[in-house]
Amino acid sequence: MDLENQKRVKDFADEYGAETLVVILGAAEGEAAGLAAETVTAGDPTFAGPLTGVQLGLSVYHCCEPEFKNEVDEDIYEDQIGMMEMVLNIEEIVEEMTDIRKEFCKYC
Amino acid sequence: MKYPVLNSASYILVNTPDMVIHNGTTQTTEKLSNPDSEYLRKIPSHIRKYNEVLNYIPNQVYIGNMNPSDLKDKKLPWHNLNSDVKERYGKFGEIMPQDEFIGLLKISDSFNLILLEKSFTNDIKNKLSSHKLLSKDAYKLGEGNEIEKIKNEIEKNGAQALYNNGSIVGCVKKAHDIDVNLTSHIMFENLVVKASGYLAFAHLLNNTNKQAEDIDYVIECSEEACGDMNQRGGGNFAKAIAELAGAANATGSDTRGFCAAPTHALIQAAALVKSGVYKNVAVVAGGATAKLGMNGKDHVKKDLPILEDVLGGFAVLISDNDGINPIIRTDLVGKHTVGTGSSPQAVITSLITKPLDKANMKITDIDKYSVEMQNPDITKLAGAGDVPASNYKMIGALGVKQGDIEKKDLLNFVNEHGMPGWAPTQGHIPSGVPYLGFALKDLTEGSLNRAMIVGKGSLFLGRMTNLFDGVSVVIERNPGVVEEEKSVSRDEIKSIIAKAMKDFGNHLIND
Repeated sequence: MDLENQKRVKDFADEYGAETLVVILGAAEGEAAGLAAETVTAGDPTFAGPLTGVQLGLSVYHCCEPEFKNEVDEDIYEDQIGMMEMVLNIEEIVEEMTDIRKEFCKYC
Repeated sequence: MKYPVLNSASYILVNTPDMVIHNGTTQTTEKLSNPDSEYLRKIPSHIRKYNEVLNYIPNQVYIGNMNPSDLKDKKLPWHNLNSDVKERYGKFGEIMPQDEFIGLLKISDSFNLILLEKSFTNDIKNKLSSHKLLSKDAYKLGEGNEIEKIKNEIEKNGAQALYNNGSIVGCVKKAHDIDVNLTSHIMFENLVVKASGYLAFAHLLNNTNKQAEDIDYVIECSEEACGDMNQRGGGNFAKAIAELAGAANATGSDTRGFCAAPTHALIQAAALVKSGVYKNVAVVAGGATAKLGMNGKDHVKKDLPILEDVLGGFAVLISDNDGINPIIRTDLVGKHTVGTGSSPQAVITSLITKPLDKANMKITDIDKYSVEMQNPDITKLAGAGDVPASNYKMIGALGVKQGDIEKKDLLNFVNEHGMPGWAPTQGHIPSGVPYLGFALKDLTEGSLNRAMIVGKGSLFLGRMTNLFDGVSVVIERNPGVVEEEKSVSRDEIKSIIAKAMKDFGNHLIND
């Protein structure tokens, strides 16, 4: 995850409290989504950014996961994400995200 | 309508193994934050040799010795495949080794900022003296400097070291004592842009039927900025490169837009020619050392070679319609506007279908889409996905939504209208423009009729806006008819009126 984005997530967690924060990802690949999810839960796995060694355990979902999709107006979802849903390997993303949440999420 | 044409194109790579280690930001950041890291220790054993860089199919495609279709049926990973062609020079340009490029940096240095060691200078002078395009420049290398003087500049005066095979062979001095925009680091990055841009320009002149003196205007579209503390991006790389290339009748300017800049520049160049302001406009870009080894950590972690070990450069020439070369449809331009929005649908609609709608074309009327042609051998193995494949799927998915293609045909669309990526991940270098060289053949001697060049850029990285950007343009087989601009002279008008009066008179008499 981009170092500046790590800093922003960390700042939000400090300001609003980790338990109130939900991170929504839009990564196009399962592996990339998993890395970002790991970063905001268990800490930066690349040991490069501000979240290195910081276990925020945030609630984190991919925008194509049902937990997020079911919360959003159907038409808006179709308009904004419908096309990408056709293109992405949703199964792979859901599997990766579920594994990370199960292992590291403190508030899900 | 009289359209401008794509006259010629060139593509160059520079293999820079030591610059991966010393100048790529992934590595320099690691040195600052984690100087004893395992990654830094492992890097040297993951650096490819020059002959391995030549024996890499995507590189041979980039310089035109092979075609994008040669990668089509090859499964990843590609880096351990043997290439049928392993040449330094190709139809479009060359893959230059690092030592000669360091010499080219010196040749590109107008302010005596680069010092090169004496024996290294002698060696490079010999090599560049036999370079088919650069031999005339070899004398500019001079005699070189003692290594003690170079080391003194590095240790005491803030010069940046230049390495070859792990040893210091020279340095880049700072250009001002306190100006943060003229530090040795920035001067090094900027001279790399200038030198690699010049190499691309030299090959462009070799590939075209025009002379250097024919070029009226140059647009440089890389991602660095040159200037001092009073004007950080004052410019201008374009004119500096034109000067080196002997384009005595040219002026120019730099266009920036992150990775989208080359396509912006292509449209601007076409517009300048179409409007008649200039007849021959060159678009050129040099490479970025900062991006060398960008995904190096992932490559090393997976025990792969560091595949981002080349700088990229390209140049294209846009000229008056010659009735032969592919035309640039300046009336079929797509743009991501401030109001477009950031959803993938909105982005793809603005760049792909909106320009096609102007000509009542369907998504399938474009034979080839050239998007961000990043080499998936670099990105996919690093966990960042296959960028061109994702783009093609998105274009196809929009086609499905619009009813242009059936959902079951989505993968066929990707195969037929897409290409595997082959360009190095140098930001602006893979963005849309790598196909232009192939388009010159595909849209003339080949069987294709229409291609779309799409450039996209992540403007938010500059922290000035959260917006994304993109532009696109259609290029087409030349119908072969060069229509002259129609104008009617005063005499012709008189003659038309006289004829009409005579006809009217005859009409009255006959009545």
